[in-house]
Amino acid sequence: MHFFWKRLLGTIPSLIGVVLVTFVLSHALPGDPAAFFAGPAANAESIAEVRAKLGLDRSLPVQFFHYADDLRRGQLGNSLTTGQPVLNDLIERLPASLELTFFALLFAVAVAIPLGVWAATRPDSMVDHACRALVSIGAAFPTFFIGLLFVYLFYFLFDIAPQPLGRLNEIMYTAPPRITGAYTVDSILAGEWSVLRASLAQLVLPSVSLGMFALAPIARITRAAMLQALGSDFIRTARASGLPARKILFSYALRNAMLPVTNVLGMVFSFLLGGSVLIEQVYGWQGVGAYAVNAVISSDYAAVQGFVLAMALLYVLLNLVIDLIATAIDPRVRFES
Amino acid sequence: MKAPATPLLSIEDLSLVFRTRHGTVRALENVDLTVERGEIVGVVGESGSGKSVMAYAALGLQDAAAQVLGGRILFEGLDMLAAAPDVLAATRGREIAMIFQSPRTALNPIRKVGHQIADVLLEHTAVRRSDLRQRAIEALARVRIPDPERRYEAYPFELSGGMCQRVMIAMALACSPSLLIADEPTTGLDVTTQAVIMDLVREMSREARMSTLLITHDLGLAGEYCDRIAVMHAGHIVEVAPTVELLQRPAHPYTRQLLASTPTPRSSIDQLVSIPGQLPDLRSDLPACRFSARCERHVSACDERPLPWTVISPQHAVRCRVPL
Repeated sequence: MHFFWKRLLGTIPSLIGVVLVTFVLSHALPGDPAAFFAGPAANAESIAEVRAKLGLDRSLPVQFFHYADDLRRGQLGNSLTTGQPVLNDLIERLPASLELTFFALLFAVAVAIPLGVWAATRPDSMVDHACRALVSIGAAFPTFFIGLLFVYLFYFLFDIAPQPLGRLNEIMYTAPPRITGAYTVDSILAGEWSVLRASLAQLVLPSVSLGMFALAPIARITRAAMLQALGSDFIRTARASGLPARKILFSYALRNAMLPVTNVLGMVFSFLLGGSVLIEQVYGWQGVGAYAVNAVISSDYAAVQGFVLAMALLYVLLNLVIDLIATAIDPRVRFES
Repeated sequence: MKAPATPLLSIEDLSLVFRTRHGTVRALENVDLTVERGEIVGVVGESGSGKSVMAYAALGLQDAAAQVLGGRILFEGLDMLAAAPDVLAATRGREIAMIFQSPRTALNPIRKVGHQIADVLLEHTAVRRSDLRQRAIEALARVRIPDPERRYEAYPFELSGGMCQRVMIAMALACSPSLLIADEPTTGLDVTTQAVIMDLVREMSREARMSTLLITHDLGLAGEYCDRIAVMHAGHIVEVAPTVELLQRPAHPYTRQLLASTPTPRSSIDQLVSIPGQLPDLRSDLPACRFSARCERHVSACDERPLPWTVISPQHAVRCRVPL
């Protein structure tokens, strides 16, 4: 547990950096929010008035001070487009994105890790080549293209997928009572199995098209890590000790290979968060990605800052989780810290 | 070189090549070796002479690129090169155990050493799960690891190299095998630890009437611990003899040069002689005697195939036409 607190403390500098960079970046965005919100009929005077109202006429350090002070009080400001507090908007939409990203990662892991292991046990076989081909396809096609292709094939042509219009067919089903905000979890908690089925059906295409993108790095690192583990001295010892092949493969080689794989998973998860912005547009998914795109287009500082901050927080949290998993896998990590 | 009674392990006329991208490596050619029950046999040679290849073949663990051209390896009547994978797996660790050089990397880095021993016990013995931990601790205690209960919980990185090698020995001996193959077990350990580890191996062999095949490049080490020594050069066994006889009356020119290049307490460093030349490239066309290019006694008859064994005494044979 001591280790846990130390890692938690270690995230503080990253958080400070994140707040600073978020602020600077969002102010470096092109476009003038005052001019945008004053409207097309505004003159210089009314724009200046809006600017003063938004506090944008003050110097950057002063603006940053106000921003940091708001953050301290848990306020991310109001979105200029939705008129709602940014925090509420994010809480409303983040679960949808997390749900999508999580299922995408689940799909990618469920396919890529067995594939990588299989390919590593038979290098240069048909399986290995098939693995390489699939991985190249996943990496080569842009996420939004795969998204559109899937919609065309599975909804339009074969008609086996539900319409790609959001998280739930709102005409036939009612969203479950909100607890976590993730429809799958909430419907389980509410015991509404038909809603669970419907929300899972909506999830399949977007999460598979998003997950395709993550197949490549996971499968490749699994294969490489497994090859390395299988070629190492302790596997030779295990073979010389007559341990069964299954045990050598899974509890000796795979567990050792999981360390690099876990590290890559952390990285891939953050890629997926980024990739979900596009997939949410394609599938009409009401997540933070779509929200962020609108915010950027309309120079909505508070919303952009809030979004970037939330993503950065998630990323820091994720890294913490990855570190903890790595510690659970490899005792040497615990020892070194 | 056939021994009268059935030996525990007999390698008969073994030829093995590696098919690689850069050509065929003739790693072993017509290798014969026997290990009797309770005997400690040393296999001595330079790096690349094929001694480890032979050891792995004896376990049926040869590399995927290896191809056996001929010969067989019999362990208690079981043909290790033809046996089914599950039969081999049941033999390894239980009947034949192996310890390696660089013991720290030979153990699984993220598994407690006690669990690694328990894995082997669980696989090969009828031990109850509730007794497993106790049996593993006993195995650690048998190789005189201090505080075995605590060491059971240790990870390899928490132990010294010598301690890791003790763990390896404990693991190898856990199922009381009848043959221990020790592949350079002391390379990478400091000199005092080397002696302690080798004393332990010898003591365990004697105590359990276990045979040991010691693979080493160190003729001095083999001379001290082995009953019989086989000298290997470029994939050939060139001479086999009881230790004392080999050290006092080497019959092969290579053995003599090897002896002259081995430091002893009585010789100064100036008296050490290096062996001229190097191992021939095992991918090229090789002469009948693979030592001929390095040999000062080479005569034209040496190039005739096959290269015969010359018997010096019942236990002492040399593969040379002009032995010393």
